[in-house]
Amino acid sequence: MIEATAFYGFSILAIASALFILFSKNLIYAAFALFFSFLGVAALYVLAGADFLAVTQIMVYVGGVLVLLIFGIMLTQKANRNEDSSAHNRVDVLIKRGAWGFVLGGGLFVFLLKIILSSDFKMAGETNNSKSTIRTIGVELMTSHLLPFEIAAVLLLVALIGAAYLAINRNPAQ
Amino acid sequence: MIPLQHYLIVAAALFSIGFAIAVTKRHFIGMLLGIELMLNAVNINLIAFSQYDPEKLGGQLFALFVIVVAAAEVTVALAIILRVYGHYKTVDPDQVSDLQK
Repeated sequence: MIEATAFYGFSILAIASALFILFSKNLIYAAFALFFSFLGVAALYVLAGADFLAVTQIMVYVGGVLVLLIFGIMLTQKANRNEDSSAHNRVDVLIKRGAWGFVLGGGLFVFLLKIILSSDFKMAGETNNSKSTIRTIGVELMTSHLLPFEIAAVLLLVALIGAAYLAINRNPAQ
Repeated sequence: MIPLQHYLIVAAALFSIGFAIAVTKRHFIGMLLGIELMLNAVNINLIAFSQYDPEKLGGQLFALFVIVVAAAEVTVALAIILRVYGHYKTVDPDQVSDLQK
């Protein structure tokens, strides 16, 4: 009962925050709504028995990605001092583009809903959500998933160097 | 125990909303917000299926790698957006249509 209440509550939190991002005109408000959406998704991870993934989600997305996105929003502002304060971070949505977005998004949702409701999954394994998943994830990462783990490490290094190069070297022509 | 279909429906709703955000926003970072939301929806699917596999946890490991790739993608995308903003002085994807100014 408590589990169902928490599940539906956090689902509504995540979806309502996502809808707020969709309809918000102010990008800073959208970024803060994304924070609540990430928190709701992390709570869904906990309810699905993935405790380590929930903490990783909060640390990586809320602690890293969202701060980066907010800095990106603030660094790409136009400095128009004479306008009113509510006009900053304003994102205009063309009518045609908005119509296409709603048609494509709604159509995709109806399509996925039809597939999910018509599917019939036969689950083979037993569900045991009582114990922590950290030991299993650590052992699997160091044994059978060692190559993807190393590739992910190299990818992070490449992304770090590439992002630093792109952001620092502002004008390579000079 | 929450039925599996409910996780999938929530994930489908988040994915569709993220797709609509990525299509409708006329701002590079707004599009990036939508892509992040879509990646999170995919992770919900992977983790919901992974709770029926408690010995191997393949779905959770895949979700972990998705998070790593999403973090790398966001850093590089933001660096490119800053370069584009420095060159074109705009963040509207409709106005960045020519390669050489």
